[in-house]
Amino acid sequence: MKILVPVKRVVDSNVKVRPKADESGVDLANVKMAMNPFDEIAVEEAVRLKEKGVATEVVVVSCGSAASQETLRTALSVGADRAILVDCGDADLQPLAVAKILKAVCASEQPQLVIAGKQSIDDDANQVGQMLSALQGWALAAFASKVEIAGNSAKVTREIDGGLEVLEVPLPAVITADLRLNEPRYPKLPDVMKAKKKPLDTKTPADLGADITPRLKTLKVAEPPKRQGGGKVADVADLVNKLKNEAKVI
Amino acid sequence: MSTYAAPLTDMRFLMNEIAGLKEILGLSAFSEVDADTVDAILDEAAKFASEQIDPINIVGDRQNSPKWNNGVVTVSPEYKNVYKLFCENGWHAMPGAPEYGGQGLPNLVNFAVNEMWRSASIAFALCPMLTMGAVHAMEFHASDEIKKKYLPKMVEGTWSGTMNLTEPAAGSDLTAIRTKAVPDPSGDGSYRITGTKIFITWGEHDMAENLIHLVLARLPNADPGLKGISLFVVPKFLVKDDGSLGERNDLICSSIEHKLGIRGSVTSTLSYGDKVGAKGWLVGKEGSGVANMFTMMNHARIHVGLEGIAVAERAYQHALAYARDRIQGAIIGDEASKKTPKPILFHPDVRRLLMDMKSRVEALRAIGYFAAGNMDLAKFSSDPAVKKKAQAYVELLTPVVKGWSTESSIDITSEGIQVFGGTGFVEETGAAQYMRDSRITTIYEGTTAIQANDYIGRKTAREVNKETGDVAFTARALYKEIAEFAADLSKDAKLGDIGKNLQDATKALIATTEWAVKNYGPEPQATSAGSVPYLKLGGIVLGGWLMAKSAQIAQKKIDAGSADGYYKGKIATTRYYAKHWLVQADAVAREVMEGGPSVLGLDEPLF
Repeated sequence: MKILVPVKRVVDSNVKVRPKADESGVDLANVKMAMNPFDEIAVEEAVRLKEKGVATEVVVVSCGSAASQETLRTALSVGADRAILVDCGDADLQPLAVAKILKAVCASEQPQLVIAGKQSIDDDANQVGQMLSALQGWALAAFASKVEIAGNSAKVTREIDGGLEVLEVPLPAVITADLRLNEPRYPKLPDVMKAKKKPLDTKTPADLGADITPRLKTLKVAEPPKRQGGGKVADVADLVNKLKNEAKVI
Repeated sequence: MSTYAAPLTDMRFLMNEIAGLKEILGLSAFSEVDADTVDAILDEAAKFASEQIDPINIVGDRQNSPKWNNGVVTVSPEYKNVYKLFCENGWHAMPGAPEYGGQGLPNLVNFAVNEMWRSASIAFALCPMLTMGAVHAMEFHASDEIKKKYLPKMVEGTWSGTMNLTEPAAGSDLTAIRTKAVPDPSGDGSYRITGTKIFITWGEHDMAENLIHLVLARLPNADPGLKGISLFVVPKFLVKDDGSLGERNDLICSSIEHKLGIRGSVTSTLSYGDKVGAKGWLVGKEGSGVANMFTMMNHARIHVGLEGIAVAERAYQHALAYARDRIQGAIIGDEASKKTPKPILFHPDVRRLLMDMKSRVEALRAIGYFAAGNMDLAKFSSDPAVKKKAQAYVELLTPVVKGWSTESSIDITSEGIQVFGGTGFVEETGAAQYMRDSRITTIYEGTTAIQANDYIGRKTAREVNKETGDVAFTARALYKEIAEFAADLSKDAKLGDIGKNLQDATKALIATTEWAVKNYGPEPQATSAGSVPYLKLGGIVLGGWLMAKSAQIAQKKIDAGSADGYYKGKIATTRYYAKHWLVQADAVAREVMEGGPSVLGLDEPLF
């Protein structure tokens, strides 16, 4: 079984981001970038399935600028077999565009399973996995915390508001990884060095016939309003009074 | 609490622009390594240092330090786990030679990665550092049989190594070594070692399956001086021919020290031969023990210098995070801050403290990386002239990197505490640990005085070209090069003020160097008394030179249209350094030339 894992290069989760002065986006100059943490979990799950003998090949794909190669190499160093960079230059890539690119990649790669991160931590859209499943007409199991493959179906435990839900989906399918699916490993140094030798193909959206025209327009990216300082209440009666009359919550 | 983030931008800039990474990667020794791979290695090491090692730094220091019980030393589970992962993931083996499982990367790359381990935790990083020190000494001098038996396991970290020099009566002076080695009566070629070694870093612990001690000892009837000392490999558990562990050797850890800093590491007293003598095997020739240990001394000293750089960087990051967070008092000259309070970072003197920390760390790192790059060129360049020059630089710079980085680190970590104010004096914030940890670095692997005497003496005044008779030729040539660079830069429209200060400082260094060359012979005590300030002077100027070079490159990038804030920052820190540190050169030069003799002005009974 072949597994396709889309990975995205995002601002490192430890970086405190700031909006650009012109509010057109987040300032990315000289900011440390890394693989989207949910994608790390997706890659880890795919590699584990390969180590268990369930999967035969793990292919990682990234849509973005040429710098996304670094992210693909990271995935190769933890056990993915080969990588595809869909070089979109500096294009404003929106979830639907990414889903369309991935659809085209699915057409050529014919994976039996796509494991994606549930969302990327930069724009938190949480849409690509869902859109891809719809475009492909495949089953979707989003927010997985446990994945078991048995024959032609996958049993997926997913985290929902009320607790855990267990789905059985026929393959091929799209699974999106939640935080508790696994704990990704650190790459071993010799594998970091070998990752350079693993195959990495570069394609463009045009090669794949994918339309990446943006549908949404970003009006403004700004800091959230500063938290106002709190006040002290004299006693419980004062508190109740304030909750009732000022905050109007009781 | 702040989390350590490796200063990758500065590291990469210095590796590429100052230390010659491109030239080094072009050497045939590194044909398998390319720039992208180096980038990926730095990224992954940065992640491991931040996420795994940095969090255990406090564990070893204040929560669960190593414990001694009847000869057995146990470390915290956190240390054990991280050590295991560190080895499994190949980081321990990284600096090793490929034939023993290492990666054969340039020293410069190892250096940058090692900075990360040490910023995250000096105490933890000491264990692999000492093992690799022992590995290098064995690689150079041990027989093939010994190498085959020990090195692969040591390189991967399954066994760790130690260096046993110091004894109660033999500290800086190794001639006083009394530990004895006698040929084993069985005649199997081994020796029996008896004696006591102290201050043995990571000399006993439970992170590795076996410990391999390198021990300096005297053979019967040996020369009483340094030439009578030989080097032995003495394993904790004897190693059978099939590589498995046999019986326990006759040595025991009789105690561990309670220390000011690096409390997460074990500093042990090892007692050899309480019963029949610990079994050991000779490494290299009889009587060449000290020389064999010293082949790796440049390496070991530069690595301790790196500890200074690393802990200063960590203290800076830690202080910076606090200064951005802590709100206190209105800012002078900023009316708005009376109503909307700002973090203490905006107070001019907190700014000065942080700027001082940052610019000095950058200057120290520049010297360290420059030296590390030269170590690669000295070892692997195919051009004999390049090789020779690089080796001369390594020799000259080693005492500066060791002595000046570590002395500065005590000062910089102390500034870190100052940024915190009262809470910095309280252990809970963690600022104090960096200062305590830095304190050993000016002492071990040769005190600052030993470095300074090496710098002013053997590396400068006593450096003689055997063919031409020239004295101090490496120092003179390098300082002349700096003076010429400074003269050019002083004419620069944008950076001229920096060039001017570098020019003045270099003049002071050159004058002082000439004074040292002249006085070293006739006035050895006065020259020696001025040696530590001379080391400081060298450090200030060399740092200023490489900062100014960096600023020049940064300016070129900006002129070519780069909007990268890093370049703007580099120029600002260089300018600060020029106005605060290069200006001190004149005074420090007088401190050497006038102050050296004054040290001896008080007769002994008057103390």
